[in-house]
Amino acid sequence: MRLSLRKIEENIFKVLMIMATVAVVGSLLVVFMVVLLKGAPAISLSMITSVPQAGYYLGKGGGILNAIVGSLYLAFGATILALILALPVALYLQRDYIGKSNFVRVVRLSLDVLWGIPSIVYGVFGFVIMLYLGIRACLLGGIFVLALLELPIMIRAMDEVIKMVPQELKEASYATGANRLETTLRVVLKQVSPGIVSAVILAFGRGIGDAASILFTAGYTDRLPHSLLDPVASLPLAVFFQIGTPFPEVQQRAYASALVLLVIVLALSIISRIIAKRYTRYVIR
Amino acid sequence: MNINRPHISVQNLNVSYGSQQALMDITVDIPDKQITAIIGPSGCGKTTLLRCFNRLIDLNDGVNVSGTVLVDGINIYNKKSIDPCYIRQKMGLLSQKPFPLPMSIYDNVAYGPRIHKRYAKKEMDGLVEKYLMMVGLWSEVKNRLKSPASKLSAGQQQRLCLARGLAVEPEILLADEPTSALDPISAQHIEKTFMELKKNYTIVVVTHILRQARRLADYIIFLYMGELIEHGPAEVILNEPKEQKTKAYIKGEIS
Amino acid sequence: MAISNSVKHKQPNTRFRWLKDLIASRLMLGTTIFASLLVVLIAVGLLQKSLPILSLKPLNDLIFSSSWYPQKGQFGFWPFIVGTFAVTGVAMVFAIPLCILTSIYLAEYAPNWVRNAVKPAVDLLAGIPSVVYGLCGILVIIPVVRDFAAIFGTTTNGYNILTGGIVLAIMVFPVIISISEEVIRNVPHGMREVPVALGSTRWQATKLVVMRGALPGIIAAIILGFGRAFGETMAVIMVVGNVAKIPSSIFDPAYPLPALIANNYGEMMSIPLYDSALLFAALILLIIVFLFNLGASYILIKVESNYAA
Repeated sequence: MRLSLRKIEENIFKVLMIMATVAVVGSLLVVFMVVLLKGAPAISLSMITSVPQAGYYLGKGGGILNAIVGSLYLAFGATILALILALPVALYLQRDYIGKSNFVRVVRLSLDVLWGIPSIVYGVFGFVIMLYLGIRACLLGGIFVLALLELPIMIRAMDEVIKMVPQELKEASYATGANRLETTLRVVLKQVSPGIVSAVILAFGRGIGDAASILFTAGYTDRLPHSLLDPVASLPLAVFFQIGTPFPEVQQRAYASALVLLVIVLALSIISRIIAKRYTRYVIR
Repeated sequence: MNINRPHISVQNLNVSYGSQQALMDITVDIPDKQITAIIGPSGCGKTTLLRCFNRLIDLNDGVNVSGTVLVDGINIYNKKSIDPCYIRQKMGLLSQKPFPLPMSIYDNVAYGPRIHKRYAKKEMDGLVEKYLMMVGLWSEVKNRLKSPASKLSAGQQQRLCLARGLAVEPEILLADEPTSALDPISAQHIEKTFMELKKNYTIVVVTHILRQARRLADYIIFLYMGELIEHGPAEVILNEPKEQKTKAYIKGEIS
Repeated sequence: MAISNSVKHKQPNTRFRWLKDLIASRLMLGTTIFASLLVVLIAVGLLQKSLPILSLKPLNDLIFSSSWYPQKGQFGFWPFIVGTFAVTGVAMVFAIPLCILTSIYLAEYAPNWVRNAVKPAVDLLAGIPSVVYGLCGILVIIPVVRDFAAIFGTTTNGYNILTGGIVLAIMVFPVIISISEEVIRNVPHGMREVPVALGSTRWQATKLVVMRGALPGIIAAIILGFGRAFGETMAVIMVVGNVAKIPSSIFDPAYPLPALIANNYGEMMSIPLYDSALLFAALILLIIVFLFNLGASYILIKVESNYAA
């Protein structure tokens, strides 16, 4: 008797579990479908190659090129800046360098906290700094804040792969008379290079999609930026600002921006996986 | 037992990991241009002793080393005046599990030399060929020198690691159970290479295979629980050991 | 003999190599210290900017008062704090059961091909920008919630806590699922096999594994998800209504802290003390999220050390 009750309970939960999984995967599919269905009709060659013309926000002509180019500038700039800082930090976290003392715990704790800070707090902080320095919202400001956002993400992802380098591999290098720097540059980096590339792409994807941090710091404009101190448009803000208008033509551009953004993120995800597989040619298992 | 002109001379070496003592007051000499085998049951400190020779022990956390290790009469533990990188170049290391570097076969062998000196391409090519031939790998890989080292079999990888260690032109070869991860044919290959190399190099092999010690060793050091029990020429230790524990180990009663 | 040459740095080549290593490691140390100080910098910066309002108004008033009239100099954060917890709470009500069920399924029951298809999909969810979620919220969830409310007899324009909660829930799926699934998988096999060997059903063994073995890790995952949802700005701002009143039902709009900051930074400088108030809001946000993450990390570290033993 009791066995069949247990069996019923098991079957109920099995069904519930599958339903839950379907709901989760389903929500992903819904997001893709919505963006695709709404965005695809809005995409045209002129949409992605022209900037807003006069009367744009009232429904007249133009496209989202300003946002596309702006987002790319922001994300590339931020990712490069973050990479310059993240790689030395991630390498320093190796036992060979940082040792085992309390210093490691403090560093890792502060990096963990940094990782959890909401992007709006970064935006606010960046805004405060920019006010203090007398800079107005511009490309440079956006790059700095996005770099701040991407930094802990990159460090964490890089640290994960660097941690996995076997100690014996490093010792094999030391045994030939190499020193710490040579071992790190010639062996460790080679071993983790696919992982590093993945980390960079991951951070890039996160950076290009973020809106809260650049809301105050990058500004918004209809034009392409010509200098670091010009305000710059971005795809996430293009969606945010244009979705609320009563003009359907302008809403179209929001959908188009959303689709371009989604496509970029999807492409990055796929590229990251491919690189992880391809570049492990020389890596030692 | 005195050896004339020992290559390595260990005096009162004590090593502890935190509170655990791994080596207790070891004093022993390693003869020049012979194969010395360090034998003993697992956990007796053989690997620790080996790692003291090229100061790889420095890389372990919380390790305490006291005593002297003289190589050619100079104490390599004199931290102020000795650079471990140079010591390690004087000694090649072969680990238990083959660990080729994440690069091509060519670059694996060239790795060590490139660190220490700039070489012209032709010179380097010659060097790579010379050492790959020395370990008997040349004919098998000469057409795919640029392919990843990770694609080689375990036996080939171990030979590659040996070539890599030889390429920095050491005087001493340290081997930590070099054949235990290999199939019998590759193991035989490595042993044969050692026998040829001993003409020009001092070789120290850690092994837990008594038969391997029988085959290879000219000199044997027996460790038990961190203590040096007995040492001497191979025939003496293997056939007429003086100490009880040595006898028991040789007979196979303790392992 | 040759060894005498190894006397430190007698060979110019060695000295140069050693010098390079030293310089490089000093530079790396410098960047590491800088990265570690960033947190402190941010916290101190926010604190400093919050001081004006903190020194003028009692902390009690700021946090627990419900009157938010910046022009009159009244800054009561209570509606926003309640709003943030309300939306996050609704999100967790949806997310927790769905994520736990999915994690158990992926870790214990799903065939390999399902796992290999679903896991990347969940990771993909994590990469979708929040404005895209907001967009879908507007296009899909709002109409649904509007109709749903009609069934209950309430009317709403759809911009309310329920909508915000649903959108947030989807956004935290990846966080909770990825950690929970891994924690469940890491439970030693014995915990699964022993009950089954004694006659339990597969499901009972799973319950044991989850409840006893994986629970701390799952709780940590939930806390991390909570922290993530708490600080989420863009998606929520687009669907939650942004009305500064304490909500009385899930069909009421709310105004979470991140939304408050994002909507009003433009007027920050024109009203006295407004900038200080908003930065104080950011500080509150930082502290709460920090505490959540700290708690979760602490639990996760304890779980890891238990399994390393």
